[in-house]
Amino acid sequence: MLFYTTHDSGVLKMVLQGELDEHTAVELRKQADAAIDEFASSNRAVLDLGGVSFMDSTGIGFLIGRYKKCKRYGIPLYISKINSQADKILSMSGVYTLIPKIN
Amino acid sequence: MENYMKLEIAALGENESFARSAVAAFALSLNPSFSDLSDIKTAVSEAVTNCIVHAYQTNGEENKILIVCRTQKRENGGELHIEIIDYGKGIDDVDEALTPFFTTLPDDERSGMGFTIMQTFMDGFSLHSKRGEGTRVSMTKSIGV
Ligand SMILES: Nc1ncnc2c1ncn2[C@@H]1O[C@H](COP(=O)(O)OP(=O)(O)O)[C@@H](O)[C@H]1O
Ligand SMILES: [Mg+2]
Repeated sequence: MLFYTTHDSGVLKMVLQGELDEHTAVELRKQADAAIDEFASSNRAVLDLGGVSFMDSTGIGFLIGRYKKCKRYGIPLYISKINSQADKILSMSGVYTLIPKIN
Repeated sequence: MENYMKLEIAALGENESFARSAVAAFALSLNPSFSDLSDIKTAVSEAVTNCIVHAYQTNGEENKILIVCRTQKRENGGELHIEIIDYGKGIDDVDEALTPFFTTLPDDERSGMGFTIMQTFMDGFSLHSKRGEGTRVSMTKSIGV
């Protein structure tokens, strides 16, 4: 799993690439939380999941966990890109009602 | 024509990706679509992760997961049967476990959607569990129908 961030005009962008499962989520949680803490004054945070080639239900827990963390800082969280396999899981679990998709 | 494979792995997180890829590779002889393969990988990942996260209290290579797959080939595709078995603590209340969003580990960011995903993504699903003896998940995917 690869994780990197960009920060530009108040927007924290977090880019995830690779397979997101229970095993790879451990490191990813730490990295994402550290980025949110570092850029806690952001106006919004965006997750780019376009490079996530596989996701299971671990992704649901991971995303809701980051949503809650952003909420504590008052930062709205969005998902920008996603592949069809991961989209199926997030759609059926209602994640998009908390973390809307944007273009 | 029928074919089968049996795979025993240690219940370790690093085997999650190996297990789902191995089953997907075995299924290739049925000419699955990309979306069939994604469904199979996701369902296997859910069942194997459950063995690792819930079935065993300790984390070691003595904890085993058995994966048995059978294919029945037809003219266009066929059927893939998958059994994922552990010898762990078992499930006390199966109905409760199958309920969407039910999890016994909410603090670990578990979503409780594993069994719901297995049932939605596969064409057949059944669950057998005995307290103190283990759990067996059986799933079927019909390909090319
Ligand atoms: N192999 C297993 N051994 C013991 N308990 C299990 C097993 N698989 C699932 N469970 C129980 O069923 C519940 C629901 O499983 P699941 O739908 O995958 O959600 P999650 O894994 O997110 O908790 C788990 O929280 C756990 O209590
Ligand atoms: Mg699960």
